[in-house]
Amino acid sequence: MIKVTIDNIEIEVAEGTTIMNAARQVGGKIVPPAMCYYTSLKGSGGKCRACLVKVAQGSAKDPRPMPKLVASCCTNAQDGMVVQNITSPDVVEARRGIVEMLLVNHPLDCPICDQAGECELQNFAFDHGLEKTRSDFHRREFDPIDIGPHIKLHMTRCILCYRCTMVADQLTEERVHGILWRGEKSEISTYIQKAVENDFSGNMIDVCPVGALTDRHFRFRNRVWYLNPMDAHRDCKKCSGKVVLWLRGEEVYRVTGRKDEVGEVKEFICNECRWDHFDVKDWKVEGPREMEKWSVITANKYSDEAVELPDELYSKLNNEKWNEFEGVT
Amino acid sequence: MSKKILLDKINIEGIKSFDVYRANGGYASVEKALKMAPNDVIEEVKKSGLRGRGGAGFPTGMKWSFLDKKSGRPKYLVCNADESEPGTFKDRYLMEFIPHLLIEGMIVSSFALEANLSFIYVRGEFRWIIKILEQAIAEAKRAGFLGKNILGTGYDLELVVQTGAGAYICGEETALLESLEGKRGLPRIKPPFPAVVGLYGMPTVVNNVESIAVVPWIVLNSGEEYAKVGTAKSAGTKLISACGNINKPGVYEIELGLPVEEFIFSEEYCGGIANGKRMKAVVAGGSSVPILPTELILKTAAGENRLMSYESLSDGGFATGTMLGSGGFIVYDEDQCIVRNTWNFARFYHHESCGQCSPCREGTGWMERILHSIENGHGKMSDIDLLWDVQRKIEGNTICPLGDAAAWPVASAIRHFREEFEWHVMEPKECMNRNYGLREKSIMSIA
Repeated sequence: MIKVTIDNIEIEVAEGTTIMNAARQVGGKIVPPAMCYYTSLKGSGGKCRACLVKVAQGSAKDPRPMPKLVASCCTNAQDGMVVQNITSPDVVEARRGIVEMLLVNHPLDCPICDQAGECELQNFAFDHGLEKTRSDFHRREFDPIDIGPHIKLHMTRCILCYRCTMVADQLTEERVHGILWRGEKSEISTYIQKAVENDFSGNMIDVCPVGALTDRHFRFRNRVWYLNPMDAHRDCKKCSGKVVLWLRGEEVYRVTGRKDEVGEVKEFICNECRWDHFDVKDWKVEGPREMEKWSVITANKYSDEAVELPDELYSKLNNEKWNEFEGVT
Repeated sequence: MSKKILLDKINIEGIKSFDVYRANGGYASVEKALKMAPNDVIEEVKKSGLRGRGGAGFPTGMKWSFLDKKSGRPKYLVCNADESEPGTFKDRYLMEFIPHLLIEGMIVSSFALEANLSFIYVRGEFRWIIKILEQAIAEAKRAGFLGKNILGTGYDLELVVQTGAGAYICGEETALLESLEGKRGLPRIKPPFPAVVGLYGMPTVVNNVESIAVVPWIVLNSGEEYAKVGTAKSAGTKLISACGNINKPGVYEIELGLPVEEFIFSEEYCGGIANGKRMKAVVAGGSSVPILPTELILKTAAGENRLMSYESLSDGGFATGTMLGSGGFIVYDEDQCIVRNTWNFARFYHHESCGQCSPCREGTGWMERILHSIENGHGKMSDIDLLWDVQRKIEGNTICPLGDAAAWPVASAIRHFREEFEWHVMEPKECMNRNYGLREKSIMSIA
C-alpha cells in the first residue's frame, strides 16, 4: 500500500493505482472529471486532458514536482505523492481551457439533444467552464448518419473520446467501426457506413459522454429528467441482465446499463435486453435508482421533500449567471 | 574552413555508390566497431557528448544506455527519417547524396545496441530517397556488411526501409512506432518510454538520421576527439538547412558555437540578406521554435554575441531566446509579414494535428482561424489577447510535443511583434495591399 495526498486528503491505495482511481476512492469534489477515461475499457484515457492535475511532489524518494500538468487517468500514484486538483489555480485554469477547446466545435444544441441532462460535457462545462464562448467561427459540421438499425451518429456533437471505438474493439467481435481522417476532421465512422450489428453494440451509446451516439428508439421521445429510472433485472443468457428502466407512468421509454457514481457502466448489457423488452412485465423491478452524478434526473422524484441544491451551486447561479441574464433583459 | 565531419566527402564524384564510398575510407568504422564490445561503443558515444539532432537535443549516449538490455527481449533501432518540419531539409540532403553514411551509422549503432533488426522510417514524400537507400542497402549486403555473420564476427543485422504516408505527426517517436506497427500514427502516452516498451512492445531506440550518421566518425576518432569540436555543452558539428531571404540557401555543416552573425552574413555560409534588404527576424530551428527579431538573434538579452549552439540559442528562456531545434534556419527580410508567416505555420499545425487529444485538435484550428481573420483584415484588438490565451492553454497540456510546437511560434510572434498584429487590426486595407499587392502585380504582368 502507498500513501497519496490529493487536495490535502491523505489516502492509502494499492500500488499501481492511477491518481484518478485514488481520487475516486475518496470521492466528492476531488475526483478529476473524465471525458474519455473508462475503467473497463483497456487503453482508454489520456486523450481529453480534462483530468489534468498538478503533481506538487513526485514521491517520497524524489520530491521534485512534475514539470507539466499530468493526466491523472494514466499516471500512477507513487508513495508520498502530493497531488493538487481543484486546489491548484493552474489546474483550474487549464481545465477552463479544455472545456473551451471541447466546445469550440461542439454545436451546443442541448435543447434538442437527447443526451441533455445526463451529458458529461454539460456537467464538465458547468463545473469548470467559462460563462461565455469566445469563438465565433463556423463550427465543424457533419450529417447525422445511421449506423445500424439502433444507433444514430451525430458526429457534429462528438468530442472524439474514442470510447465507442474501444467498445467496438473490446466488447464485440467484428470490428467495422473506427476513426477516419486526422486532426479536427477526424470522424467516427463505420466502414463505408456498414451497419454495426452485434449483440453488444448498444453499449456504445452508454459510453458516449455526449450526444454523438444516440438510441434511435428513444430519439426525441422524451427528456431524461421527466423519466423515472428504476433498477430492474431479468434472466438473460448473454449478459448479467441488470439494467435501468426509464419509465414514465407504466411505459418503458428506454433501457440502459447501470451507471455508477462516476458515470461508468460496470456490467455491459446486450442488445436484446436493451431493445427487445419494452414491457414492464418482462422485468423484475428492484426500486428507484439514485443518480448522484446527474442529480437533475432524480431530484424531487422519490421523496416528498424538495431537494435543496448545494449552497455553492446557488451562489454560482446567483452571482454570475443570473445577473448576466438580468443585464440582458 | 571549419571542421567537416558529416559532409567532408560529399563532393567526391560518385560517393553515392558503394565502391567509391568504400575506397574513400567508408565502412572502416564497422570493421573497428565489430571488434569492440557493444557497451564500449555506447561509452564512446557517451563520451562524445553527442546530442540528438532531431530537435529536442537529448544526449544520444544517455538514450542508448537507458535501453533495457537485461531482459533478453529483442531490441530494435529505428532511424527517424520522417523529416517534415517546415524549414528543415538536412536529413534529405544526407540520405540523397551520401546514403552509405547512414547505412554505416545504422550498422555500428545497431551493433552497439545489440539489435538484429533495424528500421529506417522514411517520410512518404521522399519517394526517390527510398530507392537510393534500398540500393545502398543492397550494395552493402552484397559486400557483406549486412545480413548474416557480418565480416565473420557472428553478428547478424537486417535493415528495413519503411515509408510513412506523409504525416508530420509520425516524426514524433511513439507515433512513428505506431505507424511502423501498421496502426494509425497516434502518439502513445508516456511513460512507458520506447527504451522499455517500444516497437512491438520491445525495447527500442529512435534516433534522428544525423545523430546516427555521426556515430561512424565517433567510433573511428574516439568520443574525446568529437567532444573537442564545438562548445562544452554542444559538442560537434551540426547540419543547418538555411532558407528564406538569404543569398545562398542550402545545407551547411557548422561547428557548434559559430556566431549567428557570422553564419548569416559571411560568404562561407548564407552570404547575407538577398537583394540588399535588412534582416527582420529569424526562425532558428524549424517552424516550431520561437521566432526572434534581429536584435535578439544576433545578441542575447545580456548583450553577448549569440552563438549557434544549444545553450546560447536558448539563453534567456522563451522570453528572449529560442532553440536550436532541428536546424531549420529561416531568415526573413524587412518585407516579410510576420502575421502571415505565423498564420502559415498555424495552418500547417492545424492540418497536421493528429486529433487525439482535445487541446491540440481544437486549439490549432482555432488559432489558425483567428490568425486568418487578422491577416485578412477582419481581426479585432481582443483577438490578439485571445490568441495569446489559446496558445497558453495548448502548451504543456497535450500528449505529445506537437501542441507545444504549434503554440510556440504563435506565442513568440505576439511577444516580439505585437505592434505588427495591432497594425493589421488597425489598418486592414493597407496590410492586405502590402501582403497581396505583390502577387496581384505579378499576375497582371503575366496577363
